[in-house]
Amino acid sequence: MTRFIDKDTRVLVQGMTGSQGAFHTHLMREYGTKVVAGTVPGRGGQTIEGLSVYDTVVEAKENHGVDASIIFVPAPQALDAALESVEAGLDPVVVITEGMPVRDSIELMAMARLSGTTIVGPNTPGLIKAGESKMGIMPAQVFRKGEVGIISRSGTLFYEVAVHITRAGLGQSTCVGLGGDPVVGLDYVDVLRWFEEDPETRAVALIGEIGGDAEERAAAFIGDGGFTKPVAAYIAGRAALPGKRMGHAGAIIQGSSGTAESKMNALRDAGVTVGELPSQVAEALKRLL
Amino acid sequence: MKLLEYEAKEYFRKYGIPTPRGRVITAPQGAHEYAAELGVPVVIKAQLPVGGRGKAGGIKFAETPGEAAAAAEALLRMRIKGFTVEKLYVEEKLSIVNEIYLGVTVDRRNKSYVVLASSEGGMDIEEVAARTPDRIVRHIVDPVHGLRSYHANLVAKRLGYGGWKMLQFASFVESLYELALEMDAELTEINPLAEVEDGFTAADARLNVDDNALFRHRELEERLLESYQGELTEKEMEARSKGLTYVELDGDIGIIGNGAGLTMATLDTVMLHGGRAANFLDLGGGATPKRIREAAEFVLRDERIKALLVNVLGGITRCDYIAEGVVAARREAAVEKPVVVRMMGTNEEEGRRILKEAGIDSLSSMEEAAELAVKLAEAS
Repeated sequence: MTRFIDKDTRVLVQGMTGSQGAFHTHLMREYGTKVVAGTVPGRGGQTIEGLSVYDTVVEAKENHGVDASIIFVPAPQALDAALESVEAGLDPVVVITEGMPVRDSIELMAMARLSGTTIVGPNTPGLIKAGESKMGIMPAQVFRKGEVGIISRSGTLFYEVAVHITRAGLGQSTCVGLGGDPVVGLDYVDVLRWFEEDPETRAVALIGEIGGDAEERAAAFIGDGGFTKPVAAYIAGRAALPGKRMGHAGAIIQGSSGTAESKMNALRDAGVTVGELPSQVAEALKRLL
Repeated sequence: MKLLEYEAKEYFRKYGIPTPRGRVITAPQGAHEYAAELGVPVVIKAQLPVGGRGKAGGIKFAETPGEAAAAAEALLRMRIKGFTVEKLYVEEKLSIVNEIYLGVTVDRRNKSYVVLASSEGGMDIEEVAARTPDRIVRHIVDPVHGLRSYHANLVAKRLGYGGWKMLQFASFVESLYELALEMDAELTEINPLAEVEDGFTAADARLNVDDNALFRHRELEERLLESYQGELTEKEMEARSKGLTYVELDGDIGIIGNGAGLTMATLDTVMLHGGRAANFLDLGGGATPKRIREAAEFVLRDERIKALLVNVLGGITRCDYIAEGVVAARREAAVEKPVVVRMMGTNEEEGRRILKEAGIDSLSSMEEAAELAVKLAEAS
């Protein structure tokens, strides 16, 4: 079963001594996340922000009772770092790292499937439970505790929609960045299943973009009655040229499925309100709640 | 990174995949010499990083060395699908019994590799897949167990092969999978895989390597930029050499954003207000003033642009850096084109002050900023 976080989740930061790792350790703690330790092979014994750094995940777990891990290590080491946490039984494992080879992602997801571990990412802004804890790099100021769950493949677009939801006076429950790579741990359906059971989530904002068929599959799941709470969606990439890469490896239009139009139509057919602008997602949710 | 046919075939041979005898040439004389050396009819193929060259006239057959030279003469410098042909591959002509398709690629949905095979190779495989999906054999590889010999045998069986042919085809499948894995292929395919009298041979070869995995393939890494030659426009090549994530579009409003999703949404919002984006430029996270200046200067120097819209949202990217970068870019590019900045995040007030002093509009709403940029572009 998919596992996320709350204020009591004890978090390990892998790659804590790097500039990103140290910077976000600070910001996550400021938000309220229970960061309890870090790891960097070869840096065991150092401290960052008064937190102990260990060489290995097992040592950190023995000394601090760690639940979950967030990874900031460079792409060539990301698979090793993630497998170390999976093997140590940490769950979820959030991989912020950009540029992880697809072959490594495939191996990671296969091993995580065997142990039932939730992997968020790679190439994700992470996840946040508004007002309680964040395991990620999202700007805290745009979130406010509320009842809307957000699922997004993109990072900054996810913040854009969060801004509108907050401005509309709604706020967020749990928000999950799936990650922009071709192979990631979670898809929309996994998170929708979790939101269906989550008593704190009353509606969902689904943010998608061109490429792949993850949004179409989410639409089919909603249309078949798998998710029963209100959903509003926004899909980026209508102005994109077919076949042109827009940065994300995932954002390549393949055939007719994968275009913004095909995703928007599939979602509308499933009864989802699809906004043409990010602000319309918040307006729709306000009406729906 | 897309390798050319002759480069891919070098890797194929390393992995024990049979290929016809061939040589890469860059002048008609080379075709003449090699055809004479082989002493058999040859095929001369344009080396391009895109498919469909056969239909576009990029493949010619020759019976004699003289014909080979003439064919090479005709093909060199030819324009096919936006590329100029600079290299040709001369290969012995095969007596093909049947054309097969065999490929290995990434299956996003199943988070694994997938082997695709069809006895109807040689034509557009996507067309076959769309029209008659039952003609495509799919084997999704379980990443934990890998591709075993019996899986490969099953693929061969499902294509209708038995006996020694089954075994030979299966070894093709195993070798191609091994190559895909070890070479970090996003896609590797053989189309056509030629069934000949005494077995099989790879008449064509495609190998697209995952750019993110080039740290494991240093020999390819240094040629990455070169491999995009022809595939990218001049502006896109220039941007890439500066380390910018840039896509050229055909409108007149320059767009800079942070994050692919938000930048795409900016393009869409501009379109919704009746404007057209001239480009897509994604700054990524945590951009420095220097990087922002380089990006903004690059877009402002584009003569097609009537206005520039910068859209940055995030706690990591500092707004004062954005402001400093944009102001410096406008000074350096020495153009008086209207600039609209949307920003939210750290040091926002300081950023707005810097922009205001330079006479640049700054807003906190993307939708309003896009509307303003469209209006300013129309007016200028």
